[in-house]
Amino acid sequence: MNALEIKNLTKTFDGFKLDNLNLTLPSGCIMGLIGENGAGKSTTIKLILNMLRKDSGTITILGRDNEDNIQLTKEDVGVVMDEVGIPECMTAKQVGNVMKHTFCNWNDGEYKKLLAKLSLPDNKRFKDFSRGMKMKLGIAVAMSHGSKLLLLDEATSGLDPVVRDEVVEMFSDFTREEDHSILISSHIVSDLEKLCDYIAFLHKGKLLLCEEKDLLLAQYGIIHCTAEQLRELSPDAVKYSKESPYGAEAMVLREAVPEGINISPVSIEELFVFMVKEAK
Amino acid sequence: MNILIDNKSGAPIYDQIYSQIKSQIISGALKENDMLPSIRSLAKDLRISFITTKRAYEELEKEGFIYTIPAKGCYVAPKNVELIREENLKKIEEHIEEIVQLAATCNLSNEDVLDMVKFSLEEKE
Repeated sequence: MNALEIKNLTKTFDGFKLDNLNLTLPSGCIMGLIGENGAGKSTTIKLILNMLRKDSGTITILGRDNEDNIQLTKEDVGVVMDEVGIPECMTAKQVGNVMKHTFCNWNDGEYKKLLAKLSLPDNKRFKDFSRGMKMKLGIAVAMSHGSKLLLLDEATSGLDPVVRDEVVEMFSDFTREEDHSILISSHIVSDLEKLCDYIAFLHKGKLLLCEEKDLLLAQYGIIHCTAEQLRELSPDAVKYSKESPYGAEAMVLREAVPEGINISPVSIEELFVFMVKEAK
Repeated sequence: MNILIDNKSGAPIYDQIYSQIKSQIISGALKENDMLPSIRSLAKDLRISFITTKRAYEELEKEGFIYTIPAKGCYVAPKNVELIREENLKKIEEHIEEIVQLAATCNLSNEDVLDMVKFSLEEKE
């Protein structure tokens, strides 16, 4: 089964169009949504949750259409948006009490365990939390009601590198269960590179690519050579190149480059930046 | 079982898993009918992609090094003598190829190379 299926999704705002988006997230997998500011990542996640009305297309979450009793579907979906919408005056303990009556499957033991793990204080008010603590509380709530799908919008932003690493590990552990899946958007690409099975690139409302992460890394590489050497390569091999007075750097398709040329590995971040520049 | 993943080496990750499990089976570190970790838990413990791990297991199964019992798990297949012989022959060929190349850079004649091999074989006897 697929955890999430998006077909021909379109949404138009003044000055922005999410254009015919197709995405499929197989159950048990983690997909990373990468895009620059305003690419449509948050719009996509809001459309999935029916917080925005789509113009056309279909969205299926855990086998159910998202316009069909979304309240019931949300029981199984943990959400963290980049602004955690918890009332300012509440403490983590009070949040737990409210959630107990909000979600049928609320697991108080799990929530307390997560609070301790993320070293969140019980009795401090939300308004006195740092941005990182707010994020962590949002994550604790999202992971404490028996969710099968996590939708995370910039959930690692505002966290320091050590905590980010811990959170990434928590997400990774979450998908030890076969029917647990995650869609996560971020512009901290290194986090996604560590975590994801699939990577999707969004650029100006269009999907540039959606591919298995390790396949992408195996397909592409970076070469450093002279400008003459670069011109000798077949145009199919070179995806993007940059020349300086002293030499050239190019992103290439590994299989189209003749043997003997030293190809170094590419990171998802470099890949994304190259692709967006190519699309411009 | 030890599996060391190097993200920066440039070698595909599935290949790193595949060849490390394979060499541990051939060396005997992993014994016949030993249970391998499940694909999902191996992926999560190594912090790598689930799909990649699955591909490595599929490759091992295709080549007869492991077998799967549905809903139970993956196990080390009984040692296939023919298969291991094949692997070793492949390795010998690779080494010979290397000898040929090195000999050419040293300007050795074919006779020189053959003499050296003969000498080495006789010494072993």
